Amino acid sequence: MALITCKNLKLGYGGRAIIDGLNFEVNSGDYLCIVGENGSGKTTLMRTLLGLNPLISGEIIFGDGLKKNEIGYLPQQTVVQRDFPASVFEIVLSGFCGKAGLNPFYAASQRKEALANIEKMDIGNLKNRCYRELSGGQQQRVLLARALCATSKLILLDEPVAGLDSKSTEGMYSIIEKLNKRENITVIMISHDISAARKYASHILHVGNEFFFGSREEYGKLKTAEVSGNE
Amino acid sequence: MNEIIERLYRYIQFPIVRNALIVGVLIALCSSLLGVTLVLKRFSFIGDGLSHVAFGAMAVAAVAGLTNDMPFVLAVTVISAVLLLRTGTNTKIKGDAAVAMISVGALAVGYLLMNVFHPKSNNVAGDVCSTLFGQISILTLSKTEVWLCIVLSAVVVAVFILFYNKIFALTFDEDFAGATGTKVSVYNLIIAVIVAAVIVLAMNLVGSLLISALVIFPALSAMRVFKTFKSVTVCSAIISVVCALLGMLVSIATGTPVGSTIVVVDIFVFFVFYLCGLLTEGVKR
Ligand SMILES: Nc1ncnc2c1ncn2[C@@H]1O[C@H](COP(=O)(O)OP(=O)(O)OP(=O)(O)O)[C@@H](O)[C@H]1O
Ligand SMILES: [Mg+2]
Repeated sequence: MALITCKNLKLGYGGRAIIDGLNFEVNSGDYLCIVGENGSGKTTLMRTLLGLNPLISGEIIFGDGLKKNEIGYLPQQTVVQRDFPASVFEIVLSGFCGKAGLNPFYAASQRKEALANIEKMDIGNLKNRCYRELSGGQQQRVLLARALCATSKLILLDEPVAGLDSKSTEGMYSIIEKLNKRENITVIMISHDISAARKYASHILHVGNEFFFGSREEYGKLKTAEVSGNE
Repeated sequence: MNEIIERLYRYIQFPIVRNALIVGVLIALCSSLLGVTLVLKRFSFIGDGLSHVAFGAMAVAAVAGLTNDMPFVLAVTVISAVLLLRTGTNTKIKGDAAVAMISVGALAVGYLLMNVFHPKSNNVAGDVCSTLFGQISILTLSKTEVWLCIVLSAVVVAVFILFYNKIFALTFDEDFAGATGTKVSVYNLIIAVIVAAVIVLAMNLVGSLLISALVIFPALSAMRVFKTFKSVTVCSAIISVVCALLGMLVSIATGTPVGSTIVVVDIFVFFVFYLCGLLTEGVKR
């Protein structure tokens, strides 16, 4: 059975639909890229998958015994109060909140893993700094490290490379690829970077005026057909 | 100086004074622990708002002719606190506006009811004063009230320590916590019930003006200097307890009103921390 099956999804806000009649399937180990114009409803789709927005109609079925606390998430925007006191380490560690469940404290192994994820994101020197005093790109890496802590089967990333410089963008893509290939973690990523999507993703979902869902190869063929059709 | 110390010493011999000190310190501790979250969630004024709700409830009770209105008032206040806090940060109406709405609304309805049905009731006016400013003096506490306060504080501190990590995750980013499998609504409800219990109790013992000060000042003072959630929490608890104790001792020694003396000490400490904050930032630059 597929990890996530979406049947006839209709989603939007306050009963007004933004996306209607969407069908797709994500299998374990897939790397799905969601592309589409600004405002086409990519973030809304991701939030609905996570249960943060109500579904208007349709069905989302989670298979393979996927539990919520096995999912990591990187939001597109995190509105943090300007005066919020929190260190980078505290925030990254809070990624384990769902996994800790009823256990009130984090295990030593989780603290270790949080530190390892901080190192992975190359922000070890910022570990004890106050989050709100970091630059936008640095904050993005902190939130990614937090998402890594929460992930054990599936990770959802909403524009993970937005605000990163080109070197960190490459690093980011290779970290995600490693997660996907080596640890067999399913990736769902929203991106505006079509070339990266075509390079790394196994499947592509295009939302907007026209829907497309299929493997990277099919998407490639479609694009080439479009280009030659235009000539 | 000697005279003042002697006077303090003499007063502390009285169990009543000791009880007052215990209760004051405990309430200061509880409200400062919850204060950091409340301030960050924009619920700083919830103490004030809830006291107005209590007033509205009293008016309703008076109109309905209830002789013992305490249980009713308690229930209404706790329920409104839960309604305000339960939804967390993801509401259309933000925390401060919601508190203001409920507080002004309850005040107006309460006043209207009293005016229409009991134009000459004096009793209610007395009750209103005590919700705003607490019982005439913290020195009139009964033994049960002291024990109630001790038990509740123990529960609050225990819950706070056990749920500290959840409280942090929820206050920092409720969406992420919810998306990754934390039962956000359950924890929000627990926090709301605790806050409601502390505020309702403190409101009866020390008055809602003091409770607002106890929620706001220590948290804001600590946030001037410290930058991590843990250090801010610990520091605000210490500030709050020290200020409450100092304020009460000063008030005993000099005969000033307890509540206002504590608030003045809190204000003084806030300025000290504000200056420290400026200095440390200057050093870093
Ligand atoms: N809270 C909200 N209430 C009502 N409408 C909303 C809300 N958030 C977004 N929308 C609308 O839903 C549509 C889709 O928004 P969404 O954020 O999903 O777009 P997106 O595809 O993620 O765009 P981007 O590429 O800019 O991130 C937009 O037209 C937007 O105006
Ligand atoms: Mg978006």
